[in-house]
Amino acid sequence: MTDLTRLSAAQLAEKLSSRQVSAMEAVQAHLDRIGEVDPAINAFLHVNTDEALRVASEVDKERSIGDAMHPLAGVPIAVKDLIVTKGQPTTAGSKILEGWHSPYDATVVRRLRDAKMPILGKTNLDEFAMGSSTEHSAYGPTRNPWDLDRIPGGSGGGSAAAVAAFEAPLALGTDTGGSIRQPGAVTGTVGVKPTYGGVSRYGAIAMASSLDQIGPVTRTVLDAALLHEVIGGHDPHDSTSLTDPVGALAEAARNADVKGLRIGVIKELQGEGYQDGVQARFTEALDLLRQAGADVVEVSCPNFKYALGAYYLIMPSEASSNLAKYDGVRFGLRVVPDGAPTIERVMGATRAAGFGDEVKRRIILGTYALSAGYYDAYYGSAQKVRTLIQRDFDAAFTQADVLISPTAPTTAFKLGEKLDDPLAMYLNDVATIPANMAGVPGISVPGGLADGLPVGIQFLAPARQDARLYRAGAALEALLEDTWGGPLLAQAPEIAGVK
Amino acid sequence: MPEITREDVAHLARLAHIDMTGEELDRMTGELSVIVDSIKTVSEVAGEDVPATSHPIPLSNVYRDDVIGETLTNEEALSGAPDNAAGRFKVPAILDEE
Repeated sequence: MTDLTRLSAAQLAEKLSSRQVSAMEAVQAHLDRIGEVDPAINAFLHVNTDEALRVASEVDKERSIGDAMHPLAGVPIAVKDLIVTKGQPTTAGSKILEGWHSPYDATVVRRLRDAKMPILGKTNLDEFAMGSSTEHSAYGPTRNPWDLDRIPGGSGGGSAAAVAAFEAPLALGTDTGGSIRQPGAVTGTVGVKPTYGGVSRYGAIAMASSLDQIGPVTRTVLDAALLHEVIGGHDPHDSTSLTDPVGALAEAARNADVKGLRIGVIKELQGEGYQDGVQARFTEALDLLRQAGADVVEVSCPNFKYALGAYYLIMPSEASSNLAKYDGVRFGLRVVPDGAPTIERVMGATRAAGFGDEVKRRIILGTYALSAGYYDAYYGSAQKVRTLIQRDFDAAFTQADVLISPTAPTTAFKLGEKLDDPLAMYLNDVATIPANMAGVPGISVPGGLADGLPVGIQFLAPARQDARLYRAGAALEALLEDTWGGPLLAQAPEIAGVK
Repeated sequence: MPEITREDVAHLARLAHIDMTGEELDRMTGELSVIVDSIKTVSEVAGEDVPATSHPIPLSNVYRDDVIGETLTNEEALSGAPDNAAGRFKVPAILDEE
C-alpha cells in the first residue's frame, strides 16, 4: 500500500472521495508519522489525537451513506499555535499562555471544521510569531527536516517543518513579515501570504494588526490553492476582511502557464547580501520561465531598501499595543510577588516571567517608537515609507503582471547562529517584508537546493490578484520538477535518529 | 536622534509593565541602541508631502446591523482567567494601602 503521508492533499482527497482510502486510515498514518519523527523535529506543541480520529470516523460514516461532502473532507491539517481552537490549548509559543484554552474557534478553524478536515494538532512558532527561526519559542526550537542542526525558519517553523517532514499534508500559518514564506523557502515547501484582508484574522492572536495575515502551508502549489479556497472569503467578525469573492484559485493552479506573462525581476531584491547558491537557483528559475514563454523584465523598487527599517518601527509599535492585554487578569499566567502586591506589581512580575527576551525587546522598542516626542519621527515616518513602498509596487505592476525575487537571502542557518544578534536575524525577512507593508499577496515555491539545502523563489502579485500567484507558482513548480524528475522533497534525507 | 540610555529603558519598561533586572536593563540598552541606530534613516526618507499609510488596503464605514449576535457566555469569558468571583475577573488591590 502507498504511504499515505507522501501524497499531496489533492491526491489524498481523490483517494478519499473514491473510497480507496478511509479518513481513519489517512489520519492514523499521519498520527503514526508524528509519533515517529516529531521527537526529533518538535513541530507539534499539541497533538489532537482523539478529536482528529473522531472527525475522521464521522467523515467515513457520512461518506458511506453517500452524503455530499467537501472535496477536502477527511484530509488532515495542522494549525499554527497562534490561531485559537476550542478544545485544544493555544499557547502562541509563550509561557504567558501556557495551559490556556480559547473559549471560541478562529474563523479559519471553523471553516476547517465545516469542511470536516481533521485537525492533527497545533504547531510550534517563535513566541507570539516574533522571529525568523522558531528558536524564540518558549517550548524549544523546531528542527529543519533537511538538517536537524538547522532552523526551519520562522515564525511558522512548526507548520513548515510538519509539512516538510510528512507529518501533515497541509498546515495553516500566519505571515506578518514573512513568517509563512521564509519557512517555506528554507524547508522546501510552499507558503502563501494572501492579500491583506483576503482571509479572516478573527481568532489569530494579533501581533501587528496592519500586517498580519493567515495563509496556507503545503507541499504543492495546487494544495495551497485548494486550502486558500477553504479559508478565504469575507468574515463579518473581522472588520478588515475584504468582501471580494475568494476567486478560482485552484483553477489558476491547474491552468499553470506563463506564456505571455510579464514577470518583473525586482532589481533591489538580489545581488549583495544574497548567498551565491540562492542567486544561482534564482537565475536558473528565470531562465526556465523565459524558455517557457514568459516576458521577463527588470523593475526597480528604490524604496524597498527602507522597508526593513520601517517594518521594525511599525511592527513593534503595534505589537506593544496588542500585547498589553497579557496582564495577568483575563487569561493565562499570573505571578504574585511576595507581600501584599497591587495589581500593578502583579502585572510587572507576570509579564517579566511570562514573556521571553525577543518579545520584551519588541515591546520596549514599540513603546519607545510610540512615546511622546518620538511618535512623529518614528511611527509617523515609517507610515510614510509605507506609502512610498506602495507607490513602488504600483509602478512595478504597470510593467509586470507578477514580480519575482528570492524568498530569503540565505538557506537555513544553524541553530543558535543568529540568536544573540537580533539585527542579523531581522535581515532574513528583507525580501518578504515589502509585501506585508503594501498588503499585496506573495507565494514561496521551492527553487532547488544550494549545498543540499532548499532555496525559495517568491512571486508577488497586486492586491486581490492572488490567482496570478497560483498560475505563475504552479508553472514554475512544473518546470522545475521536470528538471528534478519529481518533487524537491523527494530528495530530502531520511530524518536522522528515525528508523 | 538622542541616544537611548539605561534610564530611558528603565522608564519604558515601567510604562510597559515589565519588571527588569539590572542585567536585563544593561543588555536591552545595548541591543536597542544598535537597532534604533540601524532604523533611524527611516525618519529622513519621506518628505512632508507624502501621506502616511496606516492600513494597506483602506476600507471605510465597516458597520454591522445593530442586533445581538453570537457572544461568549459569562462563564466562557471567565474560563481562562487566573481568578474570578461572582461572575467577574478578580484582581489584587488596585491601590496601595495608605
